[in-house]
Amino acid sequence: MLKVENLVVSYGMIEAIKGISFEVNDGEIVTLIGANGAGKTTTMHTISGLLKPVSGAIYLDGTDITKIPSHKIVSLGLAQVPERRRVFSQETVEENLELGAYTRRDKEEIAKDLENVFERFPRLRERRRQLAGTLSGGEQQMLAMGRALMAKPRIMLMDEPSMGLSPLLVHEIFRIIEEINKQGTTVLLVEQNAKMALGIADRAYVLETGKITLEGTGEQLANDERVRKAYLGG
Amino acid sequence: MAFLSYLINGLGLGSVYAIIALGYTMVYGIAKMLNFAHGDVIMVGAYVTYFALSLMKLPVLVSVLLAVAVSTLLGVTIERLAYKPLRQATSLSVLITAIGVSYFLQNGAQLLWGSSTKVFPSVISNGALALGGISISYLTLITVFVCLAVMGCLTLFINKTKTGKAMRACSEDKGAAALMGINVNQIISITFAIGSGLAAIAAFLLCATYPSVYPTLGSMPGIKAFTAAVFGGIGSIPGAFLGGLMLGIIEILAKAYISTQLSDAVVFAVLIIVLLIKPTGLLGRKLSEKV
Ligand SMILES: Nc1ncnc2c1ncn2[C@@H]1O[C@H](COP(=O)(O)OP(=O)(O)O)[C@@H](O)[C@H]1O
Ligand SMILES: [Mg+2]
Repeated sequence: MLKVENLVVSYGMIEAIKGISFEVNDGEIVTLIGANGAGKTTTMHTISGLLKPVSGAIYLDGTDITKIPSHKIVSLGLAQVPERRRVFSQETVEENLELGAYTRRDKEEIAKDLENVFERFPRLRERRRQLAGTLSGGEQQMLAMGRALMAKPRIMLMDEPSMGLSPLLVHEIFRIIEEINKQGTTVLLVEQNAKMALGIADRAYVLETGKITLEGTGEQLANDERVRKAYLGG
Repeated sequence: MAFLSYLINGLGLGSVYAIIALGYTMVYGIAKMLNFAHGDVIMVGAYVTYFALSLMKLPVLVSVLLAVAVSTLLGVTIERLAYKPLRQATSLSVLITAIGVSYFLQNGAQLLWGSSTKVFPSVISNGALALGGISISYLTLITVFVCLAVMGCLTLFINKTKTGKAMRACSEDKGAAALMGINVNQIISITFAIGSGLAAIAAFLLCATYPSVYPTLGSMPGIKAFTAAVFGGIGSIPGAFLGGLMLGIIEILAKAYISTQLSDAVVFAVLIIVLLIKPTGLLGRKLSEKV
């Protein structure tokens, strides 16, 4: 579904991504784990078209999307839940969700999907008229996920959804990610919380300072000596 | 009674400032830049209206619409050619570029149309509405009415249309807006188009009040309106409206009761006091805490 080939991304003189390749197959949950500064967010931004790579290519269902502007990538079926959620804090919960469906024209389907999001996240329904900025961290994460779902994506990118949340909420969020995946959405998940991510991932890659150093199934990496030492606290 | 008529005159002048300030504040809100060439778009709008009225003898409404069209096109072109290539540049580079564009337009006008002042034809009847002892000139009435209409339309547009909602999203977070599928460049273009179109409307009202057209005509109203936008809280649409009206009223009252020469100083003194008490301006939002 998503294929990244020899991707190189720079910020001016600094090369943040040094030629990485990976793929996400239909229906999978794939995770990219790595420490702070490894280049996870840079990778996500490049896939969504917010950053343009120096070289390499990104394919979505075989189509080269490397040069497609970010606003057109959404309607090709790829949505992102960005790092730190980035909900529109001055807009209401409902307006945020409507913005998620910005590229869509099918009014009735949008209304149905809004209902589905509210079913999945009842807290959001209670707070639909509230400004997103007044929500708690967990609620904002749910809103950011709901907003991405409103685009009706075939693949959803999530950048550190567990950031800043209590362990209880992290479990809840990961349960929802699995549920979304089971209902047919492919997931590319980026995490520093390697334990949780490897727990739900079909396959995983380890990103270290812009390079992929290890790959395998979630289980293989969870049991890998190097991964245990570096990311799972022994 | 005199006070009341000063107040009304202030409201008239303030309405013109408000219309210009709306352009300033919208561009700032979306593109996060101070478009110092905004005042010079007013000047171009004034020349176009002048030529349409005096040379082409077009009806008033047609002349204004023509000026709106030319200014809109000019604003969008300036953004495309001068500002868009600087999207990733520092705000200082953008600011210097904007000042450069301002000089370019002023000198271009001088080259094309000469530096001598042209007299704007009087097109609005000099009559006045007598209302229980005070008289309100038709021009003031029209100006205030146009300002209210502009503010009303803009509010509806921002709050009710899909493009308006996309603008609000862009003003908060362009990256996140792009992730929603919003074409951020297009939204910025539309913002410049609206701001520049409004500048042409302001140009007409301004020239109907002070009937002289010259290459630097936009500078002072531009600075005043910028002040008004900061006064009201830059980036805020109701703020620009309120700031514009208040600035006009303060200016006229200062002229009447303090001194004609000192009125601008009074205006800026009030601005400084407001910013000392409330650094984000009257209706400015507190800067959202970024983690
Ligand atoms: N806007 C930027 N300008 C310059 N360098 C950046 C920028 N964003 C990230 N970097 C650098 O790129 C590297 C990767 O960052 P990032 O992709 O955010 O990592 P991660 O998401 O894995 O924490 C880091 O060294 C970081 O300092
Ligand atoms: Mg990151």
